[in-house]
Amino acid sequence: MYKVKVYVTLRESVLDPQGKAVQQSLSNLGYQGVEEVRIGKYMELQFDDSVRDVEGTVKEVCEKLLSNPVIEDYRYEIEESAKQ
Amino acid sequence: MKFAVIVFPGSNCDVDMYHAVKDELGEQVDLVWHDADNLDEYDGILLPGGFSYGDYLRSGAIAHMSNVMAAVKRAAEAGKPILGVCNGFQILLESGLLPGAMLRNKNLKFICRTVELSVENNETMFTSLYDKGEKISVPVAHGEGNYYCDEATLAKLKENNQIAFTYASDVNGSLSDIAGITNEKGNVLGMMPHPERAVDELLGSADGLKLFQSIVKHWRNSHVVNA
Repeated sequence: MYKVKVYVTLRESVLDPQGKAVQQSLSNLGYQGVEEVRIGKYMELQFDDSVRDVEGTVKEVCEKLLSNPVIEDYRYEIEESAKQ
Repeated sequence: MKFAVIVFPGSNCDVDMYHAVKDELGEQVDLVWHDADNLDEYDGILLPGGFSYGDYLRSGAIAHMSNVMAAVKRAAEAGKPILGVCNGFQILLESGLLPGAMLRNKNLKFICRTVELSVENNETMFTSLYDKGEKISVPVAHGEGNYYCDEATLAKLKENNQIAFTYASDVNGSLSDIAGITNEKGNVLGMMPHPERAVDELLGSADGLKLFQSIVKHWRNSHVVNA
């Protein structure tokens, strides 16, 4: 069993109006030092042992569906986990 | 001419589109469920607005993997007119039939009102009945219509005259005020505004009807003898 953590974030070149609004809100709360907020997505995938090439498959699903390469980057962590 | 309106779980402008084609345009039209894998009998494909699959992950992301999209791609390759409106545009972007992507509206609000559009290119099969630069009134209703692409893609869109419609003034933060673009070949159009909601003066505007009439005119000219 593998637990895969996928992080999808907006590319540096893409403006994040949601993050900007959160940053503004933090600033209003008195947290002046928070310069920038970027909002992204976090996904957890559970793979069973039938998947041979876990890393290759993770890359494939990230590129095909989990992220949109036009506006987003992704990174992932793969952890081996014991059978439940 | 026979149209298909593709219906995904969560489409909600499908019946408006159906009405526009059947009653206002006066052409044949079927509602086609997303699991269909053959669209050969249709001359034009319409992808309606809505919230397919609840906009899960990203707008249009799940819908673009559905069965029917392989048939839509084949229809696009065959040169048939494909129109995606609102969520339909987002699905075309996700599927790669059109370049770019949608971001949240710049002001983070769902924008639902009639806006003024400028016809940038009237030499497409979707816009030939408009004048170049004509101003038309068409409603928008979206939360993610902020069109984005990289600089090279934008330059290419401009160079190839792929920008069909722009907003007369900024609506959602879209690059170059882009409201609608075509593919390079010119037979796939995606647009955020809803022409199917502007097909009768009773609806507040009939400016969208000419878009559908342009498609029919193009089809007649290429398919009907003595048209």
